[in-house]
Amino acid sequence: MNEISLMPEEQYQRLQQRNAADVKELWDLLDQVKDPEVPVLTIWDLGILRDIEREGDKVIVTITPTYSGCPAMDNISTDVTEALNQAGYAEVEVKTSLSPAWSSEWMSAEGRKKLRNYGIAPPEDADLDEDGLTPDAHAQCPHCSSRNTRRISEFGSTACKALFQCDDCNEPFDYFKKI
Amino acid sequence: MSDIKAATLEYATRLGDDSVVLGHRISEWVSYGPFLEEDIAYGNVALDYIGRARMFYTYAAELANDGRTEDDFAYMRNDREYRNLLLMEMPKGDFAYSQVRQLFADVYYTVLLPELLQSKDETLSAIAAKAIKETKYHLRRSRDWVLRLGDGTEESHKRTQKAVEQLWGYTHEMFDMDETEQLLADAGIGVDVSKLRDAWHKMVSDILTEATITVPEDSWAVRGGRTGYHTENLGHMLTEMQIVHRSHPGCEW
Repeated sequence: MNEISLMPEEQYQRLQQRNAADVKELWDLLDQVKDPEVPVLTIWDLGILRDIEREGDKVIVTITPTYSGCPAMDNISTDVTEALNQAGYAEVEVKTSLSPAWSSEWMSAEGRKKLRNYGIAPPEDADLDEDGLTPDAHAQCPHCSSRNTRRISEFGSTACKALFQCDDCNEPFDYFKKI
Repeated sequence: MSDIKAATLEYATRLGDDSVVLGHRISEWVSYGPFLEEDIAYGNVALDYIGRARMFYTYAAELANDGRTEDDFAYMRNDREYRNLLLMEMPKGDFAYSQVRQLFADVYYTVLLPELLQSKDETLSAIAAKAIKETKYHLRRSRDWVLRLGDGTEESHKRTQKAVEQLWGYTHEMFDMDETEQLLADAGIGVDVSKLRDAWHKMVSDILTEATITVPEDSWAVRGGRTGYHTENLGHMLTEMQIVHRSHPGCEW
């Protein structure tokens, strides 16, 4: 089935920012840095990578945490520095910015596909409940595409995910929460 | 340091203390949860709070500008230097007790954070913006559990009612103002928590009533956390929380 991808405004703005960047090669270079918890996603896919600037020889990278306590941030910061160091940029500063707060809307379209193939349902694969939170059933199973699923826990293997089980193929799966 | 800056440093420390102490208490459930998913949920909520504490402490350290880091705030202060609300330091108790405390705290943040979001202080506002999103999920979970336990078996009802009665007197302190917080509230930086009590009481009462739990009368109150007078529980908690850091100063791995 062909799908017409609808791009949220937030994603469009991010893409514009990347395409218009003076240091486009650095954005490409940092595509090798993956989220340690979800290793199919780059920090660009996830929307954690906010900005890259150059000040003389120095590269300043701005990242933002998904959740307040995301333990991956320290790793990501180290990985960003190492990737740039290896490419010959000796002076690197990684800044963490809290505002605007990360939103799952920032995740790239490519990232959503990768998530699904990896066995994690992306945020749009469930209809949210009236409070805008994870529903208690019917997130689409990333394994067999069934909607006959139910939520087992609000909190999955990491803070950004909830746990579901599919009643058709019986597989449990993570659902990437919308925030 | 200006009065406002000194007050903001104190305020960020207080909010950080609330978060780290509650975060640690929640983390005490990890590997003791009633079932695996609940165990994982506890771990995640604890992480959210510890993450918040890191943001508040990092800001406090920046304001203090005296070489201290977030770690010094968390690990190198004694109980008398901690300024957290007493509710946060109460021991984990049984499952009902922890969920009732969590409900009280989650509703508190539900009414507090939208106000903090309006702060003229950009960092405090940014931290609130992140925390609001997480609190929605926290509240839904603690609310569900209190409903399920209150309106559950005779035993779970009894324990939930008891927990509510034991913790109620610790909730009044959440809405106290002092000079520091008044100064910040007047400056549009801090939140006037005294105005939040009614909203908190209404939301909590509605949930407790739905859970067939009797809302207690305001017959007693314990105070002191904001001035460093704690229950004996905090000292014990800190010894455990701080021992690794203090035993191996400067250790990195």
